[in-house]
Amino acid sequence: MTHEASLKALHDEPLIVAGKHYQSRLLVGTGKYKDLEETRLAIEASGAEIVTVAVRRTNIGQNPDEPNLLDVISPEKYTILPNTAGCYNAKDAVRTCRLARELLDGHDLVKLEVLGDQKTLYPNVTETLEAAETLIKDGFKVMVYTTDDPLIALRLEEMGCVAVMPLGAPIGSGLGIRNPYNIQLILENAKVPILVDAGVGTASDATIAMELGCHGVLMNTAIAAAREPVRMAHAMRLAVESGRQAYLAGRMPRKLYASASSPVDGLIS
Amino acid sequence: MLITLNGQPFELQNGATLVDVIRALDLEGKRYAIEVNEEIIPRSEHSDYLVKPGDDVEVVQAIGGG
Repeated sequence: MTHEASLKALHDEPLIVAGKHYQSRLLVGTGKYKDLEETRLAIEASGAEIVTVAVRRTNIGQNPDEPNLLDVISPEKYTILPNTAGCYNAKDAVRTCRLARELLDGHDLVKLEVLGDQKTLYPNVTETLEAAETLIKDGFKVMVYTTDDPLIALRLEEMGCVAVMPLGAPIGSGLGIRNPYNIQLILENAKVPILVDAGVGTASDATIAMELGCHGVLMNTAIAAAREPVRMAHAMRLAVESGRQAYLAGRMPRKLYASASSPVDGLIS
Repeated sequence: MLITLNGQPFELQNGATLVDVIRALDLEGKRYAIEVNEEIIPRSEHSDYLVKPGDDVEVVQAIGGG
């Protein structure tokens, strides 16, 4: 088999979110970059097709010549995923999603996140459930950021969220996947894509998430706060692909004792 | 007349529409969304929508976020 043919044999399903197919299982944010050019280059290097943005008040008196984020990350090229970051109650989150839908000409895919407090940015689950219900009734396709509680994840799926995104660790902490067993429990029950959102610090964290069987990973700070964000974006692309392939391949069982890799027959002595 | 624009007091000429607000913000031709008194005003209505004294107008854009 040629190299190309053998690669073709390594077939993988696309990631399907709300009926749309994606080749990339890495979703990235656009915050914390040095400038818009670095944002653009990092997102290109990540290979991501779904890109999150925040919705904020226009600063009065801001430089009108400054390019707009959506000029750089064009909605024609990427699936824009507006988030509700900074919202601490259901009402603000719903309001933000409605503004985002108007801003993006009726685009109804949103990342719902309702936060609990500023120190931990931990999800406020009760407000998240309330906001999810309102948004789904209002026709939104909700990708929901939540805790790694398997029962809440299942509840959000049953309500009609199109993807459930448990945290690996607090937003921007870079602590990695702190509770892989809970992520596994969430995956066991899931019929919608489960994406680890938040907590990834470096490439191996993204690989671990994918090896667990997650359908994708969403990250921002791990790339933007790296010394070389564009290189880290590339690393994350490889890490997600690598973890996905390892998951599909199925790892060997763990054993306590050694098992020789070289044959024991035909030894010279 | 005085309105509240993105949380701050803002002076606008009488009879101004939302298009005048956008012009005052130098946002013509950009992507934005507008809420007046917590209600979204669709883009198609901006040129006819008359702003009233005391209106609470929010203009938002997409910025970097995760």
